[in-house]
Amino acid sequence: MTQADEKQQIAIDATMQSSEHQAWKWYQYFTFNTDHKVIGIQYLVTAFFFYLIGGLMAVAVRMELATPDPDLLDPSLYNAFMTNHGTIMIFLWIVPSAIGGFGNFLIPLMVGARDMAFPKLNAIAFWLNPLAGGLLLLSFLFGGSQSGWTAYPPLSQVTAPIAQSIWILMIALVGTSSILGSLNFVVTILWMKVPSMRWDQLPLFCWAILATSVLALLSTPVLTIGLVLLLFDINFGTSFYKPDAGGNVVLYQHLFWFYSHPAVYLMILPIFGIMSEVIPVHARKPIFGYKAIAYSSLAICLVGLFVWVHHMFTSGTPGWMRMFFTISTLLVAVPTGVKIFGWVATLWAGKIRYTSAMLFAIGLLSMFVMGGLGGVTLGTAPFDLHVHDTYYVVGHFHYVLFGGSVFGIYSGIYHWFPKMTGKLLNEPLGRVHFGLTFIGTHLTFLPMHYLGLQGMPRRVAMYDPQFQSVNQLCTIGAFILGASVIPFTINIVWSWIKGVPAGDNPWNALTLEWTTSSPPLIENWEELPVVTHSPYEYGRDRIKADSVATQAG
Amino acid sequence: MQQIPASLLTLIAGVLITLVSLWVGQHHNLLPEQASQQAPLVDNFFSIMVTIGTALFLIVQGAILIFTIAFRQRKGDETDGEPIEGNFALEIVWTAIPSIIVIGLGIYSVDVYQQMGGFAPVGSHAMISHSHHQSAIAAPLIAQADNKAPDLPTYGLQTNSAGDTKPADVIVNVAAMQYAWLFNYTNPEITAGELHVPIGKEVQLNITGQDVIHSFWVPQFRLKQDALPGLKNELRFVATKLGTYPIVCAELCGSYHGSMRSQVVVETQEAYDQWLKDSQIAQANPPVVVALNPVERSDSEFLAPYAKEIGIIATDLAPLQAHP
Repeated sequence: MTQADEKQQIAIDATMQSSEHQAWKWYQYFTFNTDHKVIGIQYLVTAFFFYLIGGLMAVAVRMELATPDPDLLDPSLYNAFMTNHGTIMIFLWIVPSAIGGFGNFLIPLMVGARDMAFPKLNAIAFWLNPLAGGLLLLSFLFGGSQSGWTAYPPLSQVTAPIAQSIWILMIALVGTSSILGSLNFVVTILWMKVPSMRWDQLPLFCWAILATSVLALLSTPVLTIGLVLLLFDINFGTSFYKPDAGGNVVLYQHLFWFYSHPAVYLMILPIFGIMSEVIPVHARKPIFGYKAIAYSSLAICLVGLFVWVHHMFTSGTPGWMRMFFTISTLLVAVPTGVKIFGWVATLWAGKIRYTSAMLFAIGLLSMFVMGGLGGVTLGTAPFDLHVHDTYYVVGHFHYVLFGGSVFGIYSGIYHWFPKMTGKLLNEPLGRVHFGLTFIGTHLTFLPMHYLGLQGMPRRVAMYDPQFQSVNQLCTIGAFILGASVIPFTINIVWSWIKGVPAGDNPWNALTLEWTTSSPPLIENWEELPVVTHSPYEYGRDRIKADSVATQAG
Repeated sequence: MQQIPASLLTLIAGVLITLVSLWVGQHHNLLPEQASQQAPLVDNFFSIMVTIGTALFLIVQGAILIFTIAFRQRKGDETDGEPIEGNFALEIVWTAIPSIIVIGLGIYSVDVYQQMGGFAPVGSHAMISHSHHQSAIAAPLIAQADNKAPDLPTYGLQTNSAGDTKPADVIVNVAAMQYAWLFNYTNPEITAGELHVPIGKEVQLNITGQDVIHSFWVPQFRLKQDALPGLKNELRFVATKLGTYPIVCAELCGSYHGSMRSQVVVETQEAYDQWLKDSQIAQANPPVVVALNPVERSDSEFLAPYAKEIGIIATDLAPLQAHP
């Protein structure tokens, strides 16, 4: 640190000590606050609220599907729940919590910065989310959008047009939020890292968020373009996607999936980052293959931009295109596999602490293998012709997005809750939560693969009675998943108020966020930390002991 | 007691995993019966993926299970694990093996897809039926679809098993609409609500979506093709097993998407000829009505027969309805 820096540092310290509060008051979490930690928590709490709403919609959908006839919900309402369940879970739960929540809270702490590069922009990006969520709920006054989260025209042009228009505005808002947030992450990671941190000492979560942000910046504008054209078609008489007026329905699908396949990686790359942080800490081992895991994030980001047509194998796509995208899709399995193998190898010869965070991380590992293998089969055009748009797909992506992303979010919450609030979560309740979630996930989503293979299409409110018994299994699973949220919510609320104080570093972790107090000071550190070692040097005490022993001997 | 060498254990595990995977690949029983020429191709391909998938599943899940048990924290042990940061050779191996597997699967899927008839040879558009002698209901619809998209490429499985596009034995124009399938036979002219095909004959479906996107799927055929409004979609197959199989709409097409079902009857040539004859007589006069209750019909469905005369299409009505 130069002398000037030191002086500045002392000045900051002085102002901070003179101001009364070192931590935010509770009500300040409900205001337009530019502190990245407050924003991170705002993202997480808001997203969790929408998760509960989206979850209730899923339970309603599964209750309808307990019988083959549409006897519980009006079919239009069923479609509205199905559509908005998907929309909420993607755009208001996984993306904002994984990227907005953990990203904002952790990135500045992990790179040793006092805040994000553009704090006000950051706060604006967050506040677009509750606005968008409110709009989406408002759309139910107009019937709710009913054309699936994919909103394919012409169906989306002729079904509940007002609700559909609100839906488009809502996606445009969260898309804007995502672009602003991503820009902030890229600049923060590239420019605000403490000088003492080498690039190969950057925590893997930061690499993951960097890859995610680049992907979001490249793909989100395309979705917005596609949706604005749809908005014009619905409301202003244009005909971009109207076949009877010279439009092309497949054009929309290309624009949509050019974003929405990368969106899958937006939802899983940050989670991979969480995995790379949680596993070494609780296995007490260095991450296995730091470089391979960092580069594989970037590889997924790159290849992920060129696989979108695998959602359109049965659509208006010629044979060569189906083949090209089969091969590009299969290639994504390689960097993903590298990560999985790296984490499994990290477990080897560790001393695994079975904390709730670690249980969810290992659960994710196991779930994701299942989801990934199913994904490879879906990526091949000849087989996809059979299972496209069936429950096989529904089963697959819930393994990836629930067994993957949501398990990862849970894992991250158990891991960083002590840092965010200064309180420990209750471990027995955490284990109950894990058990229910693990069983519920398999029970709900494993049988769906079979349903799809046998001939049950997705997005239906009524189905062939021969599938009833398997569907009831899924419905029971959904109830278990619904119930699993209860111990978690109780745990969060109770621990936040009355939990055991966590101390600065309850897990003995080595990344920078654990070098400050819990919860961290308003500007993160009184004095910026100096990085002296890699973030995953677990077992180094043993090296020291060994080297001391050798020297002595 | 003497330790069994680790290499021997690994060998035994490898042999067991291979055997189990091969067995699972052949006995998974996950797919419905096979009723088209393409079905065995798809199923063999799937079985290979199941075999490889089972092996990978057992290896990775097994490793997770063994490691989580073997390397759990022992009571009172607060020390760290071994500081192993990587192993370059191992990382190369586990990058190379999946790469080889996926490239192999990629090449194989090209082969399977080609055998299924997925690659249209150049100039195949000439083969598309342009018959304008449709039944009363479907005539304006089909004519409209044909006029609108004269030079667009055709999508779907377009060649027979020999890889050429010589005219199929049976050509059926399929019109998909909320929430029904219409099958228009050209020779003789018949409109039916269900599909009849003779066993062992080349069948070509020209599929169009009349209002929104639908998707033609027969699970027992392992075939699916979207019915895209304004675009030409084709599906060729040879049915190989007598029986009645469901036709399912696989693309969300509205509130009653789940009820948009029909069936395909695969029958002998004689029975098929008889059915054609019976249907022809039945439809000679008056024209059959195949659609559903008019209240439940969509605008485009309702307007379809009159669309040409009055010059209104369903999408024109949507904004009117949106602002009552």
